[in-house]
Amino acid sequence: MNELLHQILSGLATGGIYASLALALVMIYQATHLVNFAQGEMAMFATYIAWALIQVGVPYWVAFAITVVGAFVLGVAVERIIVRPVENAPILAVVIVFIALLVIFNSIAGWIFTYTIKPFPSPFPAEPLFGNRFMSSHEIGSMAITLVVLLLLFVFFRFTPLGLAMRAAAQNPVSSRLVGIRVGWMLALGWGLAAAIGAIAGIMVAPTVFLEPNMMGGILLYAFAGALLGGIDSPGGAVLGGFIVGVLENVVGAYVGSELKLTLALVVIIGVLVVKPSGLFGKVHVVRV
Amino acid sequence: MVALNRRQLVGLALVLVLACALPFFVANYRVFQMTLVLAYAIALLGLNMLTGYNGQISLGHGAFYAIGAYTAAILMDKAGWPYWATVPVAGAICFAAGFLFGLPALRLEGLYLALATFALGVAMPQILKHKAIEHWTGGVQGITIVKPDAPEWTGLSQDRWLYFFCLAWVLVLFVLGWNLLRGRIGRAMVAVRDQPIAAQAMGVNTAMVKSLTFGVSALYTGVAGALAAIAVQFVAPDSFNFLLSITLLTGVVIGGLASISGAFFGAVFIQFVPNVADEISKAAPWAIYGIVLIAFMYAMPTGVAGFVRLARARLARRRAGQAVR
Repeated sequence: MNELLHQILSGLATGGIYASLALALVMIYQATHLVNFAQGEMAMFATYIAWALIQVGVPYWVAFAITVVGAFVLGVAVERIIVRPVENAPILAVVIVFIALLVIFNSIAGWIFTYTIKPFPSPFPAEPLFGNRFMSSHEIGSMAITLVVLLLLFVFFRFTPLGLAMRAAAQNPVSSRLVGIRVGWMLALGWGLAAAIGAIAGIMVAPTVFLEPNMMGGILLYAFAGALLGGIDSPGGAVLGGFIVGVLENVVGAYVGSELKLTLALVVIIGVLVVKPSGLFGKVHVVRV
Repeated sequence: MVALNRRQLVGLALVLVLACALPFFVANYRVFQMTLVLAYAIALLGLNMLTGYNGQISLGHGAFYAIGAYTAAILMDKAGWPYWATVPVAGAICFAAGFLFGLPALRLEGLYLALATFALGVAMPQILKHKAIEHWTGGVQGITIVKPDAPEWTGLSQDRWLYFFCLAWVLVLFVLGWNLLRGRIGRAMVAVRDQPIAAQAMGVNTAMVKSLTFGVSALYTGVAGALAAIAVQFVAPDSFNFLLSITLLTGVVIGGLASISGAFFGAVFIQFVPNVADEISKAAPWAIYGIVLIAFMYAMPTGVAGFVRLARARLARRRAGQAVR
């Protein structure tokens, strides 16, 4: 029983990472109806920046802040420079551009920082907090940070004029433009925010999976699974989906065998898409013929 | 079947003669690389049927390539089959696998299919390593197979013989593919891609066309995987990772979406460019893939084959203009 509880709790901790990344995916999906395949690699790249900063002696939280801001700028730049020209192109062209971005970020990271696996520091103490036996303090800490990020995002979208403008631009671009919202920039902001969230997820997961250019491959897949499970157009659903996938992954890994973890994501993705494509909380789309 | 004009027939015959003569002028290692080009060309035609002609995005075709390769390797290594008999079996198994994967995929459009196949591509190496099938697949170590000898009467080296073996498969599959794509089914595939509702109204069985295309596409890719496994003499889970699927997609984009001849341009690119780029850095081939993908999407969405077509049309027009003058 203790063993199961332990698995569930540490599943919640990794689930928080998946939830953040799933949220990043959903943000871009809501605004543009596109799924950013390069989301994971952008997060990985940001994590390398944080690592490099820490290496030259920048204090952890300063490096953290610089990285998040840097990732935000990077996200805006990617939207403005690379994604914008294919905005109205067929879906195939867009997917190919995203895959290209994935490969480019991956190879640049490999080129600059080499493919050797690097340890990444955790800001939290090594000994468990409050003397509990179930979760390491990094797990608790990263979960807390995930929750804070989610809360901040909620507040931002719910209570600030800019958040309202971004929601409006995503829901009804034409009317938003008529009332004076700069829709193009709202999309770019969305990309920036998504990249920043991704960067936080990357920094939080790096101490557990270690830093290397391919570290986000599997995590992105779980984030996809989480986002689809919760409903790809529902931010709250995606977060919940991320947590569910995290717990499932850990429990299956512990009791069925860890070599089937990625296959689990495959099964969840195909299962959700076939049985309930809108996910648990997503809107059901009706297409008019 | 749509007939080729005389000029095209002569051109094809020349290319074929060249393809037959070339291996006698280069070293065995180059012949081996050319064999892989042929295998890639088959895989690219398969992926292009699905993505280019039928508009279904697959980011996981490396998985079918892997299934084909493993089928050939297991049959040769564990069941003692001759190499030539394994290729059709690999094709048949991949057809079934593709058809079955295509069934749930029917409900998925565009982006969602891309997601599902992405998951397939990422998960494949892990599935191949699984303990339950380890006594067949050899687990992480993979399977080493013996390179087949050429029949005595030919007097060819092993590499040259394999090259001609692959060339024969290329001929058969490209003629079949050409007929398929230029015929009724090919037009149905394009119709389903561009106007699914109109196609349905015209009596095209959209669901059947889509899953059959998935099956045939996987069949081509599986045959390619089997041929490549026989040529390389080795299969291992990690050589069929997600990057293989991206490589195939890159090849299709470079050759040209919805083009048959493009498969060869794409295959030459994905075989030789990484070899050259590897000398700069381990990351260089992938950087080049990424940049080339974006550049092609912006500047040359029809790929090399489309560019050649365009150039030829321009040239013909200019010539016609001069004749009038």
